[in-house]
Amino acid sequence: MNKLPLIIKREYLAKVRNKSFVIMTFLSPILMVGMILLITYLTQLNDNEKRIIAVLNESGYFANEFVATEATSYVNFRDISLAQAKDSTLSLGYYGLVYLPEEPNLERVAQRAFFYSKDAPSASVLEKLENVITSRLRQERLRELGLSPKEYAEMDRSYNLNIETFDGLQNIKGINEIKAVIGGAFGYLIMMFIIIYGGFVMRSVIEEKTSRIIEVIISSVKPFHLMMGKIIGTSLAGITQFGIWIVSGVILLFIGLAIFDIDPSALTKGGMPQTMGNGTGMDVDSVTQNIQLYAQEIFEIPILAMLIFFIIYFVLGYLIYSSIYAAIGAAVDNETDTQQFIFPVILPLMLAIYVGFFSVFSNPNGPIAVAFSLFPLTSPIVMLMRLPWGIGEGGVPVWQLISSILILIATFIGIVWVAAKIYRVGILMYGKKPSYKDLFKWLKYS
Amino acid sequence: MNNILVATNVTKRYGDHLALKDVSLDIPKNSIYGLLGPNGAGKTTLIRIINQITYPDQGSVFFDGEPLKPEHIAQIGYLPEERGLYKSMKVGEQALYLAQLKGLSKAEAKKRLKFWFEKLEIGDWWNKKIQELSKGMAQKIQFVVTVLHEPKLLIFDEPFSGFDPINANIIKEQILALKENGTSIIFSTHRMESVEELCEYIALIHKSEKILDGKLSEIKKAYKNNIFRIGLESTGANGLLEDLQQKYKVLTHEYDSKESQLNISVQLPSNDSREILNYLGQKANVNGFVETIPSANDIFIQTIQKRNLSHE
Repeated sequence: MNKLPLIIKREYLAKVRNKSFVIMTFLSPILMVGMILLITYLTQLNDNEKRIIAVLNESGYFANEFVATEATSYVNFRDISLAQAKDSTLSLGYYGLVYLPEEPNLERVAQRAFFYSKDAPSASVLEKLENVITSRLRQERLRELGLSPKEYAEMDRSYNLNIETFDGLQNIKGINEIKAVIGGAFGYLIMMFIIIYGGFVMRSVIEEKTSRIIEVIISSVKPFHLMMGKIIGTSLAGITQFGIWIVSGVILLFIGLAIFDIDPSALTKGGMPQTMGNGTGMDVDSVTQNIQLYAQEIFEIPILAMLIFFIIYFVLGYLIYSSIYAAIGAAVDNETDTQQFIFPVILPLMLAIYVGFFSVFSNPNGPIAVAFSLFPLTSPIVMLMRLPWGIGEGGVPVWQLISSILILIATFIGIVWVAAKIYRVGILMYGKKPSYKDLFKWLKYS
Repeated sequence: MNNILVATNVTKRYGDHLALKDVSLDIPKNSIYGLLGPNGAGKTTLIRIINQITYPDQGSVFFDGEPLKPEHIAQIGYLPEERGLYKSMKVGEQALYLAQLKGLSKAEAKKRLKFWFEKLEIGDWWNKKIQELSKGMAQKIQFVVTVLHEPKLLIFDEPFSGFDPINANIIKEQILALKENGTSIIFSTHRMESVEELCEYIALIHKSEKILDGKLSEIKKAYKNNIFRIGLESTGANGLLEDLQQKYKVLTHEYDSKESQLNISVQLPSNDSREILNYLGQKANVNGFVETIPSANDIFIQTIQKRNLSHE
């Protein structure tokens, strides 16, 4: 039987040559990259607006506390009155004026300090200024208590609680979120692929029914071959689409970055403003150490294993669901009739995603997570969400992984068998919309 | 082996519905075999069994002397009643695909398609999409695709539906030519007129059962009721009619007084018409005398009525 490749080829070409497929394939990455570029560009525009703030310091404090940053710089006024300083600030077009009056002690200075500006100042500017003053106040109070500036710097060092699992693996804060994002992305990808390409399979079956070509084809090939050819051909088209997206997306991104002269590292830098901007006490060493830890943890996510299991779960899950979609397509005469059957199909997928986000991420080895990663209709998504935590110790126990795949394979065989039966009867049935009872009856036809 | 296809005691159920009940058929080689019956009688089910789209619950089917098996699909061509093509596919590409599914190589399929497209003068359709063609045009392509792999057995289910008379005639000629070349043909229809001119053998299917089969000419002979239509020219017509009604079993009569023409139909006790001809010769001028041969339609209706009576 070398007809299966013929069918796969036809289904593949029919899908790939379809106008809407071509448009979708080439438009989506352009839209995506366009969005990313726009956002990056706007962010940069925002950052480019540099604020200059004038400082009129009549007090004996704050000699060098106002340090220029990327977004803000400070200009010191000297030996002029407040009124003059205000005028100058306005005429020079500065953002605002910080006024620190002459007072006997820092407390009083702080109490009587003012910020003058043309419009109401932005919250971030105010916060920055307040931080400077607060920090100086604390330092002063501690000095009064007898602490040297060096001791003060010592005291202000940032602190991270050390985390370790029982078997001694070092852990760091936030890594769970990263793992969740990776697992979630895989799970979400599977769900989207199943819904989109399952729908394509279904529509293709309906098309064959409504164009009445089905009986011509069925007299040459087995319905099972036609169904499998359709499922495989359509999924290959989907993989082609994803491939084109990934490749063209990467190329476009680099072209775009080159054209707009955006430094790609600016994007990553923007990702962690807390660690970088808050340079008051945290020393550089601990930051790099932390980054190294993160990198180490991410490398410890079994990427290769995840990819292999992604393919296994993806293939099995997709085959199960698209067989169901094919059976639905065969059972009905037109797409409007599919609604009642599609909902129960999408339900477990949605459930898997929600269970994944709410239960797996908070407790990847909890009973709910285990149950849903064994249940065959949700396991392709839920198990992939658990996998970033590793396999074996600390992660998914090997027995769960194996039994989940075995259950999935058994279900796949069962579902394809049932779907093929419904498909075989359904494709030659016209006219009435079948009920679930009818479908059950079809299973008994030989 | 003189039969291309033999079905013995084929029974098929769909749930509670009995689609075929104990149907046996012998379909001779190199002939056109008419499979007749009203809609829903079970013709399509039988054809689907022959095409191995579905399988019999009981009974067996033999193709060319062997039990029917998947390899035989390449030797059967089937034009279903519910037929269509992929709308957005090009004609040539589609025909190639369907031919390859029947087991032809791509090169061979291309060669044969060229030949058929020229024969039917549709060569310039190759790169058109089906949705650009009319229904009749699409039907022609379907016909070509059905016969392309030169099967031993061709099955046409209502082949002329959707054709205008001119194209129907072209197709009819092609079917006859295929038969001349040695192909066996099953021709399924509920329209009896087309049967008379094409079919050598027929089988009647009614309510899932075969109720009659055999050579059409023999069936017709068997269904003759010794009824003769007689035309008489006579001025004293009324008296003549009464005499005839006393002497023979007159089924119908009509008298045209202007033309002095009496037309009657008479059922004789045997097929011997010499006696009545002698009698009529003495009484009047006979201007018409013909034996009524039942049409397929008559036979069909008669058989079904007889059957319904015997069942009550």
